[in-house]
Amino acid sequence: MRALLPGVRAVTLDLLRFTTAGAVDDGKSTLIGRLLYDSKQVFDDQLEHVAIASERRGGAGALDLALLTDGLRAEREQGITIDVAYRYFATPARRFIIADCPGHQQYTRNMVTGASTADVAVVLIDARRGVLEQSKRHAFLSTLLGIPRLVVAINKMDLVDYSRERFAELVAEFERFARKLQLQTHGDGVKHGITYVPISALRGDNVVERSAQMDWYEGPVLLEFLETVDVAYDHPYERPARFPVQWVIRPAASASAAATGVASDYRGYAGQLASGALQRGDEVVVLPGGGRTRIAAIDTYDGQLEEALAPMSLTLLLEDELDVSRGELICRPDEPALVGRELEADVCWMSEHALQARGRYVLKHTTRSATAIVDQIADRVDVHTLERTEPAAELALNDIGRVRLRTSVPLAFDPYARNRRTGSFILIDEASNETVGAGLIN
Amino acid sequence: MSVAAAQLGGAQAQARALHAARPLLSHLRALESEAIHVMREVAAEFERPALLFSGGKDSIVLLRLAEKAFRPAPFPFPLMHVDTGHNFPEVIEFRDRHVRELGEHLIVASVQESIDRGRVVEEQGPRASRNQLQTVTLLDAIAEHGFDAVLGGARRDEERARAKERVFSFRDDFGQWDPKRQRPELWNLYNGRIRRGENVRVFPISNWTELDVWEYIDEEQLEVPSIYFAHERPVFRRDGMLYAWRDGAELIDGERVFSETVRYRTVGDMTCTGGVLSQARTLREVVAEIAATRVTERGETRADDRVSEAAMEDRKKAGYF
Repeated sequence: MRALLPGVRAVTLDLLRFTTAGAVDDGKSTLIGRLLYDSKQVFDDQLEHVAIASERRGGAGALDLALLTDGLRAEREQGITIDVAYRYFATPARRFIIADCPGHQQYTRNMVTGASTADVAVVLIDARRGVLEQSKRHAFLSTLLGIPRLVVAINKMDLVDYSRERFAELVAEFERFARKLQLQTHGDGVKHGITYVPISALRGDNVVERSAQMDWYEGPVLLEFLETVDVAYDHPYERPARFPVQWVIRPAASASAAATGVASDYRGYAGQLASGALQRGDEVVVLPGGGRTRIAAIDTYDGQLEEALAPMSLTLLLEDELDVSRGELICRPDEPALVGRELEADVCWMSEHALQARGRYVLKHTTRSATAIVDQIADRVDVHTLERTEPAAELALNDIGRVRLRTSVPLAFDPYARNRRTGSFILIDEASNETVGAGLIN
Repeated sequence: MSVAAAQLGGAQAQARALHAARPLLSHLRALESEAIHVMREVAAEFERPALLFSGGKDSIVLLRLAEKAFRPAPFPFPLMHVDTGHNFPEVIEFRDRHVRELGEHLIVASVQESIDRGRVVEEQGPRASRNQLQTVTLLDAIAEHGFDAVLGGARRDEERARAKERVFSFRDDFGQWDPKRQRPELWNLYNGRIRRGENVRVFPISNWTELDVWEYIDEEQLEVPSIYFAHERPVFRRDGMLYAWRDGAELIDGERVFSETVRYRTVGDMTCTGGVLSQARTLREVVAEIAATRVTERGETRADDRVSEAAMEDRKKAGYF
């Protein structure tokens, strides 16, 4: 029996997900194009496409690197980014997944989508225009969504003569604003600062290559930061185990199971370990019911394991016959999740039809779906001041507010600040089936 | 077994104290786990899902992921192949043998039948391709079997319209993709709610790159059709690509058939899939070749994407995968 799967090894992190956000014309697509181009991740045929398209749009011989990421016809025609795009690149140090979030239309919707899975947020600021509303909103949403690390890239430094003073001015301005943000704390309790990098995405200064124009800057260039930033503080060993049951495997009745000689009473609870680690023999409690048993085996296609770590997908076999089904949460009895039918959550609203008190929605939380009724909208966040206003009648598109909800069935959950997987939910409109809200449990 | 795993087995507490030795999933195992999660969500939330299996590398990976998601039980969905009738014979042979070995059920939706029934009209001439016709056959098969979710092996790194597509990609009752009206997709919470007649295309390996797919095939020692490895075959050159010569193919003036050592990076129709010059005869050699390549797989091998800047976007809007 193996202790761990092959492919589980001692690494700090070799897959980093980051999101990029900025106001219109901050040069975000150009920055991503530059990261891909300078780290030699652009293929010849893609480059040829960009060269032809740049010329067609009258770009006098210069490559418009933004065209590398703008995928849809309307985006290339209008020179804007419409929807979150995902990009992939690798350096010898790490693999990267970029969620490229447009800043103008539907900004909350796009930002929140990209930020929900990110380890690092890159916020762009135009050195000439200074710290705009949207940059602040992006930084706020990044911290609200629990992104562990924030880097502020001050772009277009070439247009302010690579001025050290202008950079210092913008850093000071952003720092004044950032005092109001709830920055994430490290496992050791240390509050992370924000990292500031002066760059020119257009000219390639301090993105991949160190700039010859800004010898006064001694910090890491952007790629170096992304390759080395430590976001592995939430190692599974330091987190409570959370296993939402996704699917029950019962092969007994089938012919193929008989052929493979699987025990006829095989009953496996399949799912993805949302956080923490589990070991064979651990005592567990199944929430919200509260039934207790032990883990008889941790099963996978590759054989049984002694121990499993988040985010593995696996199948648990339990010692006692409990009635466990999809939507229930398995954890350890000494560190259980909360259970309840009343929730208080920050909701990011993503629909043109406003969220209203007494509204009814489908709520999806881990692997459980329920009906939810909005009892009250307790407040709304003013993204200019980051202050919360008095009770609101509704939340409109792109609003964020504190909402009290009741659910048709009990949920087993954690506060979002402690667990992004068991602390999050989405709201779905019952009539249109659209995803209309993103919730972060308090 | 890795060093870290050995330490865990022997002295758990000691290993936990060693910060540097704390194990984590490799990027490939993290992607694998994410894909298994997506597949189980489909099984749990839809009435009649199906999985598209072409015998190509991406769908071979999907089948291994399905084994990991559902064994020891059989798959909770049938497999389906949209067969243009112009596939490589080696691939069709592999497809049938692989399905048999897995003990699963395969539905073949045939473009030839769509032509025979008059649902579509075949293109004529030396450049004729059945690529466009596949969409009609696919949509007909979805309607005929009442599928509400169809799993496929598309990846976001393949093409720029795909880079914008969700893991759960909603399609209306015409099968159309509307890129401007996609549902936001947050955390790992997928919204699979649809009305009758609508369906969702689901892409579990959205976040994988071509290199990830080959590294995974190598790590798992998966069998792939022989045309993925370098072999000698009769070919002809057209538009800068090397096409396989097959009976019935028409040559244009000046083209001639000659023998060349090639392999295929993608497995599509013989009529629109080009081979690449290669000496890679083992999985390791293929991985090394992909790691060093300077051209994308679709750019190097697919004539269908050379039509325009937005060829894939337009096909997807019409219901294509």
